Amino acid sequence: MKYLKFLLVGIFFGIVLVKSEAVSWFRIYEMFRFQSFHMYGIIGTAIATGLLFLQISKRKHLKNIIGEQIDAPKKEEGFIRFIVGGSIFGLGWALIGACPGPMYILLGTGIYSMIIVIIAALLGTFIYGILKSKLPH
Amino acid sequence: MEFILNPWPWYISGPLIAFVMAILLYFGKTFGMSSSLKTMCSALGANKISDFFKFNWKDQRWNLTIVLGAIIGGFIASQYLSNDIPTDLNPTTITELQQMGFENPGATLVPNEIFSLESLTSIKPIILLIIGGLLVGFGTRYASGCTSGHAITGLSSLQKQSLIAVIGFFIGGLIMTNFILPLIFKT
Repeated sequence: MKYLKFLLVGIFFGIVLVKSEAVSWFRIYEMFRFQSFHMYGIIGTAIATGLLFLQISKRKHLKNIIGEQIDAPKKEEGFIRFIVGGSIFGLGWALIGACPGPMYILLGTGIYSMIIVIIAALLGTFIYGILKSKLPH
Repeated sequence: MEFILNPWPWYISGPLIAFVMAILLYFGKTFGMSSSLKTMCSALGANKISDFFKFNWKDQRWNLTIVLGAIIGGFIASQYLSNDIPTDLNPTTITELQQMGFENPGATLVPNEIFSLESLTSIKPIILLIIGGLLVGFGTRYASGCTSGHAITGLSSLQKQSLIAVIGFFIGGLIMTNFILPLIFKT
């Protein structure tokens, strides 16, 4: 059962995002209207804790279970892809109030119309794959 | 039990999300939810059409397992770990949304006006769901990451590309919420 640990991580992730209200469409609206600190608090403390973890890992040379140094994957070079791709994602995030994780989690909470969103997101991913060579990165 | 059933404060939730990132790095994987969409495309046959999807998707089954877990986690949290306390939104937010025609802002996780099954009998909510999904799917792959990959993992590891991507998330999000949503929900 090498997948069991990932199933448990997923369950934990789903519970945390529901209980933190990060899956709430209304919380995302409120965030982009700068009317609440809640989402900024969540993202800010997540980054601060993550930063602390990665700095400790680096200094103490912490290894992962396959014996490699723990480090975050390096992003590709580029500018346009991040600013334009990011903005396109941001438009969708604010419209449906869900980024990819919450799309699945909300489906689990019984929001069945998320299936339409997920299928459309698969289609969007597919369209990117087709157009990739024609887009500036 | 009360503190479990009530909504969790941000200063508890944020570190718990960082824990998810940390444990996945410890398992030799990464925290990136949008990658699951690419994996599913490949598994569904997109690898026969575009090189972008030509990789052994079976190596990514761990990521699909997380997706399955996330769905189960959503179910458990909503069924067994929640009370019916509405989201404690800013009163200004509630008034604004009511003026846009949303009936009970914060009473549910998502507005019934867009997501309820009854709403799917009219065309507008369906179009919004499809456009939203397309933007998220296309945008995350173009930017090669979403909130988990860029905002959490990328910024935690001080990568400039992720900062640019997160600035992009906010450009798009601010435009949608402040300029486009008011046009879509004009009353």
